Amino acid sequence: MDLANFLIQLLNSVQYGLLLFMLAAGLTLIFGIMGVVNLAHGSFYMLGAYLAYSLSGLFGSLTAAVLGGAALAVLFGLALEWLLFRHFYHRDHLDQVLLTFGLIYVFEELRSILWGDDVHSVAVPKALDWSIPLTDTLSYPAYRLFMSAVCLVLALGLYLLISRTRLGMKIRAGAFNRDMAGALGINIKLIHAVVFALGVGLAAVAGMIAAPVSSVYPNMGSQVLIMCFVVVVIGGIGSVRGALISALLVGLVDTFGKVLLPSVASMLVYMLMAAVLLWKPQGLFKA
Amino acid sequence: MTSRRLVLTRSAAVIGAASTGLLLPSIVRAQSSKVRVGFMLPYTGTFAPLGVAIENGFRMAIDEQGGKLGGREIEWFKVDDESEPSKGIENASKLVQRDKVDVLVGTVHSGVQMGIQKVARDSGVLSIIPNAGVHAATRALCAPNVFRTSFTNSQPTLALGKPMMERGLKKTVWITWKYAAGDEAFEGFRDGYTKAGGTVVKELGLPFPNVEFQALLTEIAALKPDAVACFFAGGGAVKFIKDYAAAGLKDKIPLWGSGFLTEGVLDAVGPAGEGIMSTMHYSDSLDTPRNKQFRLNYAKTFRLQPDVYGVQGYDSGLLLIQGANAVKGDLGNKKALYAAMEGAVIDSPRGKWTMSRAHNPVQDIYLRRVEKGENKVIGVAAKALSDSGAGCKMA
Repeated sequence: MDLANFLIQLLNSVQYGLLLFMLAAGLTLIFGIMGVVNLAHGSFYMLGAYLAYSLSGLFGSLTAAVLGGAALAVLFGLALEWLLFRHFYHRDHLDQVLLTFGLIYVFEELRSILWGDDVHSVAVPKALDWSIPLTDTLSYPAYRLFMSAVCLVLALGLYLLISRTRLGMKIRAGAFNRDMAGALGINIKLIHAVVFALGVGLAAVAGMIAAPVSSVYPNMGSQVLIMCFVVVVIGGIGSVRGALISALLVGLVDTFGKVLLPSVASMLVYMLMAAVLLWKPQGLFKA
Repeated sequence: MTSRRLVLTRSAAVIGAASTGLLLPSIVRAQSSKVRVGFMLPYTGTFAPLGVAIENGFRMAIDEQGGKLGGREIEWFKVDDESEPSKGIENASKLVQRDKVDVLVGTVHSGVQMGIQKVARDSGVLSIIPNAGVHAATRALCAPNVFRTSFTNSQPTLALGKPMMERGLKKTVWITWKYAAGDEAFEGFRDGYTKAGGTVVKELGLPFPNVEFQALLTEIAALKPDAVACFFAGGGAVKFIKDYAAAGLKDKIPLWGSGFLTEGVLDAVGPAGEGIMSTMHYSDSLDTPRNKQFRLNYAKTFRLQPDVYGVQGYDSGLLLIQGANAVKGDLGNKKALYAAMEGAVIDSPRGKWTMSRAHNPVQDIYLRRVEKGENKVIGVAAKALSDSGAGCKMA
């Protein structure tokens, strides 16, 4: 593998890793702060992709679709938290798994009713539909750089929100000791609703910006969910920093595996997970 | 008034017929009854249009011959298989056990076909496969009562090797989805291409139905092969063709593939599809009187343009007609029925073809090139190509 190819595959890895991080961050936040195992997280990704498909058709612009879709997804997350999830914070993990597993089926069925079972494609925005040439044959698509940039900005925003703001302090307090934080006057219910909606929003935005490169198709949520769980488990359940490191690691292993060892590529990520868990049973970072 | 009386009489007749049918012992019913033909096809989901095209073609073949089979009227049964492998056996059993069909026509999805194959082998009911290309159906799990009118998954790609080598494309990267059909398509490509003297530089794959091709396209660009050969279909094919062009590979490395790459997707891919070479057992633009007449009739009857699936359904009808005529409608006379079907020469819109010993078409594979949004036939890539039928032992 020559240097240019290596660099591009590195960019591919980082781009995939950052996308996974957007999903895994929400998943791990919702677990770390509310203690809810959310198997339906992949469905929010799928929802985002289908929203991008419909709204970009409606508005004629992916940017408008992403902004409108993100707002819709956050509202949807708030409604879902209020209707269902808040009743499950104190329940057993098994109950939560049953609830969210059932939700996967509900969302798939809704998706089938609303959008059908076909594969749809979403066009890359005109302004980003070009490539940066690196050698005579190799080039890197501008849209993917843009995707990585969006993910990085959101990751940074998330970090600042949690570590540098008053809201972030309350979130951390609630995660550390829910009852004590409540006794000190922090509105735990509100915090939960915000965190949940944030998680849903991140997953939906990931689905929206990924739509042009991954297409929009049934069951896309379930596929990505498995990778998300791998990321969260490797990174350490509940740790956002762990999710970032592990998402990048998974991106690297998956991309280079596909290229260098195509016959076993689909197993490599799981082998990585097994290896990490042997070495650190709690994952790389304990929350 | 007339219409109301008509409705009443017809209802009475239906109720009468139904109750008689219930009262009569089944043996009596079987003797006096019609030929029972069951369709097990996808009528919902991604493959629904394929199921409809197959049924259309099949019915058209029967209608062209007066709507009867060997002189007997036909009663139709339908089951939607939903392209769901886990329900394959259950759905096939419905037709065989409950509806007691004489013939089961199905299906599209190779996984579902494995369920049909099991039921067909266990029950001995005549089964005609109008699409699914899974190898086992006419190889290790072949059966005297199972006939395929379409192709095996390796048949179209087997024909790629010769025309590629004729154009000096000596080093090729292969890319497909890693699942049964992709693996079987690769088997055909590898055999045909290496036999013609070519080298497969690398075999790339991704899980079905994943369409994130970026890392693999980067690898292709870095390897700089003489050509790329692939197996993709449907929405994934659209994505692959577009991404291939977007990655700047379209004009540098020629793209070849199994014909399914360019079937039904040319409108969706637009200019990105121009110049793609593919091999398949049919093409819309096949310039023969037989094909033109078929296309005209089909378009008139169904107000739709036929595709390869319509042709395969049509040929399934033709095959059954030949068998049924030979035994004068007595489909219980299996020995004579199967002998007639084995010896049949099908005068198809795709060209004349015959049955191999393993009950799979021996057929011409055409070489096609996408020109102005159409699959233009530019020659025959392989004459009378047969599947190996490896491991088939007819009982």
